[in-house]
Amino acid sequence: MSTVRRNFGEFQVTGLTHAYGGVPVLEDCSLEVPRGKLTVLVGPSGCGKTTLINILAGYEAPAGGRVLLDGQPVGGPGPDRLVVFQETALFPWMTVEQNVAFGCRVRGMPAGEMRERVQAVLVKVGLSDFQAKYPSQLSGGMQRRAELARAMVNDPKVLMLDEPFRGLDAMTRSIMQEFYVGLFEEVGRTNLFITHDLEEAVFLADRLLIMTYRPGRIKEVIEVDLPRPRTFQVMATQRYNDIRQHALELLFEEASKAFEAGSKAAFDLVDGLARAAGRQ
Amino acid sequence: MGLHMKRWTVNPETWGAVVSILGFVLLWYILTAVLKLPRFDKLPNPVAVFSAWLSPHPQFGLSIFTRGYYLDILYSVGRVLAAFVLATVLGVGLGLLMGWSRVFFDYSFPLVETLRPIPPIAWIPLAVLVLPTAELGVIFITFIAAFFATVLNTLLGVRSIDEVYFRAASCLGSRPRDVFWNVVVPGALPAIFTGLQVAMGIAWISLVAGEMIAGQRGLGYLIYEDYSNLQFVNIVIGMATLGLLGYGSSALVRMLGRRLMAWEGRRRGGAMA
Ligand SMILES: Nc1ncnc2c1ncn2[C@@H]1O[C@H](COP(=O)(O)OP(=O)(O)O)[C@@H](O)[C@H]1O
Ligand SMILES: [Mg+2]
Repeated sequence: MSTVRRNFGEFQVTGLTHAYGGVPVLEDCSLEVPRGKLTVLVGPSGCGKTTLINILAGYEAPAGGRVLLDGQPVGGPGPDRLVVFQETALFPWMTVEQNVAFGCRVRGMPAGEMRERVQAVLVKVGLSDFQAKYPSQLSGGMQRRAELARAMVNDPKVLMLDEPFRGLDAMTRSIMQEFYVGLFEEVGRTNLFITHDLEEAVFLADRLLIMTYRPGRIKEVIEVDLPRPRTFQVMATQRYNDIRQHALELLFEEASKAFEAGSKAAFDLVDGLARAAGRQ
Repeated sequence: MGLHMKRWTVNPETWGAVVSILGFVLLWYILTAVLKLPRFDKLPNPVAVFSAWLSPHPQFGLSIFTRGYYLDILYSVGRVLAAFVLATVLGVGLGLLMGWSRVFFDYSFPLVETLRPIPPIAWIPLAVLVLPTAELGVIFITFIAAFFATVLNTLLGVRSIDEVYFRAASCLGSRPRDVFWNVVVPGALPAIFTGLQVAMGIAWISLVAGEMIAGQRGLGYLIYEDYSNLQFVNIVIGMATLGLLGYGSSALVRMLGRRLMAWEGRRRGGAMA
């Protein structure tokens, strides 16, 4: 893997607490997102993953606790902590190229430099030939790549991805996972990837954070020592299965809690986990 | 075979327009000229109207060959255009501000909602009283309801923009004015154009009211004059002309909208392909 660059950041999060209308969502939630690593946060739907990202990104102020980026408290949203959103957030009224260039443009980057950077990123995500298209003219997988490009071109200290491959069909999803892990291995940026899909989580992660349901906090940190570069072959190894099995047991408890709490989304998860358990 | 067929295929939109309008004229003809139903027999029948409309020497002094006809059209079109441009500039501006700033909304919305239901006709006396010329009065009457329709649709357009675009813009480093020009304006554009089409229709409706009461020349004035002179053929010519002009002006607004919102058109095109 490439050397860790200086402008890659790290998060230290301690004792986050947050509630919506009296319902505690996060409670004493502490975690670290170390420099140059791919940290994956996995937890059942509704456990507060998006809430956590919103706080880290600066969209919401937590009711309690601290978020430090390289030792400094974070304020409002900024291009040093970029989010790739759960649902597509590409501007429908801009072409792919305009979308990707947006951050550089509003921050006043000189046109020449901007064009160079945008083109380089578009090549990297394989969208050079589609840069004049509007997002609605792209396939789901291309939209996700454009979104990755729009964030990466700004060279953020931390890249946060909130279930970015949700809603893609299974095939495209697998391709995107491999594509994304390749990008990460090439650049080595600090990444925080959020998902409720355990297989995706283990496949991508350097570190796996298992999140609890109500209140949301980190239950366990699993170091995923699978070799890089990763390809789907890794999913056939014993080590992968051991890690997944361990995480599955931890997660199953939380998913059952969510299930009992009547979270409709949790039905899907328990169902998915049961299938995953039966499949191996 | 496929190619051969294509030559005979009429655009379904055109076909629909022709069928519905010809059907209406036919019904009108049957009611007034064939069946001559009681009371309908007083109406001018389409043959009388079209032959007068197209006659070089019209019996009642109005046809496509008379100068006055075009003068009236010119006056009406000019008034609608002035009022519509004014309604667009002020209405879109106000609507964007209302959607953009919570404080501005809190202070302006109650006033807009109070003034909005007042019909254009009710404004006529005050408009005539205050404005220096009758011409300005008619333009004001034409403007006022169109303006409110534009404001409301623009406001709703801004409100309908998904929060996620604001979040994306702000984390990428936008200043408020970047958000305004890159998210608020384009995001509201589809609703703005819906509003402008409604506004265009309302402008024509209000125009005729204004011209009837406060005007000199114009199609509304023409209709009112010919009502006094009981020249019903001319009234129908005036009405049909209003209909055609309204249809054409709405189509122009639609076309402009499609051109400005290439991303929307292509989305629809893409969905159909
Ligand atoms: N803006 C909000 N207002 C009220 N409740 C919210 C809001 N956002 C999230 N919640 C609730 O907080 C909990 C956590 O939501 P979220 O962070 O979106 O979970 P996840 O991303 O893990 O699925 C859910 O029960 C959700 O209903
Ligand atoms: Mg979420």
